[in-house]
Amino acid sequence: MSLRESPLDAALPRVPLGEWTESAVDWATRTLGPVFDAVASVVEALVSPLDQMLNGVPAVAVVAVLAALGWWLRGWRFGLGAAVGLGLVAGMPYWEETMSTLAQVLVASVLALLLAIPLGVLVAENRRASALARPVLDLMQTMPAFVYLIPAIFFFGIGTVPGVLATLVFSMPPGVRLTELGLRQVDKEIVQAAESFGAPPWMVLLRTKLPLALPTIMTGVNQVIMLALSMVVIAGMVGAGGLGDVIMFSLSQVEVGSGFEGGIAVVVLAVVLDRLTDSVGDRFPSARAQRHAREAA
Amino acid sequence: MSALAVKSLHKIFGSRADEAVRRLAGGAPRAEALAGLPATAAVIDATFEVRPGEIFVVMGLSGSGKSTLIRMLNGLLRPTAGSVRIDGVEVTSLKPAALRRLRRDKVSMVFQHFALMPHRTVLENAGYALEVAGLPKAQRRERAMDALRMVGLTEWADKLPHDLSGGMRQRVGLARALAAGTDILLMDEAFSALDPLIRREIQDQLLELQAELGKTIVFITHDLNEAMRLGDRIAVMRDGRIVQIGTAEEILTDPANDYVAQFVADVDRTRILTAASVMEKPHHVLDVNAGPRVAARALRESQTSVVYVTGPGKRFLGTVTEDEVLRALRENRSNLDGYVSGERVRTVTEDTAVADLFADCAESQHPVAVLDDRGRLTGVIPRITLLSALASATPDEAPHPPVPPPADPATGPAEAELVGGEEIPA
Repeated sequence: MSLRESPLDAALPRVPLGEWTESAVDWATRTLGPVFDAVASVVEALVSPLDQMLNGVPAVAVVAVLAALGWWLRGWRFGLGAAVGLGLVAGMPYWEETMSTLAQVLVASVLALLLAIPLGVLVAENRRASALARPVLDLMQTMPAFVYLIPAIFFFGIGTVPGVLATLVFSMPPGVRLTELGLRQVDKEIVQAAESFGAPPWMVLLRTKLPLALPTIMTGVNQVIMLALSMVVIAGMVGAGGLGDVIMFSLSQVEVGSGFEGGIAVVVLAVVLDRLTDSVGDRFPSARAQRHAREAA
Repeated sequence: MSALAVKSLHKIFGSRADEAVRRLAGGAPRAEALAGLPATAAVIDATFEVRPGEIFVVMGLSGSGKSTLIRMLNGLLRPTAGSVRIDGVEVTSLKPAALRRLRRDKVSMVFQHFALMPHRTVLENAGYALEVAGLPKAQRRERAMDALRMVGLTEWADKLPHDLSGGMRQRVGLARALAAGTDILLMDEAFSALDPLIRREIQDQLLELQAELGKTIVFITHDLNEAMRLGDRIAVMRDGRIVQIGTAEEILTDPANDYVAQFVADVDRTRILTAASVMEKPHHVLDVNAGPRVAARALRESQTSVVYVTGPGKRFLGTVTEDEVLRALRENRSNLDGYVSGERVRTVTEDTAVADLFADCAESQHPVAVLDDRGRLTGVIPRITLLSALASATPDEAPHPPVPPPADPATGPAEAELVGGEEIPA
């Protein structure tokens, strides 16, 4: 029996949420066109030079720089591992796509963090903003990633820009949440101490709360980058280029070989980015101090 | 004029605070008065004044409202009703900027868990208040170093707080407050997180610093012994209300109600009572110019083996024994000069706590000599006197432990005067 045949169910009002969304998007496309154009050109201006730069230098140079960074941040073992992994990717036919993906991930993450961290601060300092932001963040995180692509195409057409912007929206929430969490977790007594000596709110925030929240915020940065990487592949569906394209093509042609190569490239990129950003946070004096404090306790 | 004046201060958490204040006005216990109201009263009708240069201790168990109270003094918490005046300025009505200025210039605070910034060095922590005040770096460094010198931590200036022990960290907390140069210091359970031995040490240090600097200190604690040791005056808090304000001795001897009485029942009186309050009048004190014959008679009369000898200005010199007196007689001396020994008898000052007398009493061959601050002999403490003082220092007894009648009945009245007449020093 179909749902609508029950007389009881027939009484339910029909909610044309889909239609409303469509008309809202229509309206936005028509009236906000110039804004979207401006946004698009900014994103474009950020991604393509970075893409060209990463693809302009020899692959060996990129591998060497990332491996050296890994060595410095985490020790020679990781440096060596990064060199081997990235070397493997460089030996496969998709180095160019890998670098495009890296460029997109970096731009999307940096933009996401530029929005997420100040938003996180606002949400941590303001109870009302927090109550407002929570459901929005929940929505952003639980909405299937593909759905972001649809309005992105509407507003920005096909290409890198909608891919990067959909990625930005998708990867932002953990940045906001972990910034908020980090700030809220700062020892109340230390904040009171700062206030008790007459420090104004901005000073308490910049010199006490943020430094102490930094390890948690860095976890947020790490999460944002990882989410951005996962989304950039999906963004291949809107022709964003990079590894997403490779994987989409392999999927449609059932090409196991190239699909696997693209997948491995994503994995290597993910591991390198994850470990690198993970260890950046530990290098701050406040993180070291807090770790020592925990160990001592 | 008082440095700090608090008048019918209330802090109610929750809603309908005004109604809560009104209901509490009758003096009913807070649980009863606020039944059915979505509010809890942390501080109820607190009124007290703190004099300049005084250590004012607020003592109470956890939940008595003392931490809330201290946080209203510098505006970290906004009172529901009542007034806080610092140097005549009403704190409760200050705008944020003025409040920050007041905290910078007048009041600093020391916290229970030190509240040092883990990402800053000891020196940077100590200079925090000066940084907030916008002092140039060199000046900041200098004054922070001075403060660290006061607490004996200059060598640790470039370390991070986690390199330090708990006691040292709180000394940094203290240095941070001292460097601010404010007249008023708020200390919120400042020593409660420290081990007992360290706690005593830092209490001593605070008293030493206080003797030198003469700050006005509001000290919060749940430890009655600490309150008694540090406080010039003590306010006892219970269930949000101040139930008694007085000196340590007043609270011990004249508790305002059963609660306070019960509270002070556990006090270690040996720490409150001093040498002056248990000592006896010395039976035979001779001037050093007295002849050996006088000394011999004194020994015979008292049937003791030593005589206490004083010099010019009644300063205590030491003792002579029978053997020495005999020797002086044989050698036909006109006075006791050269026969007096300072070795046999330990000396203590009048304000030494009874608890600190045991070692001296045990090691002294004869009753310990008690000297005033000019070195004059004011009394002696035989071992048996100390023991009886201890035995009677039980909570149920009279607050002034009666000293057993001495061998010589003639000294009775004088001794009673000595026991009763001494102020208990903080």
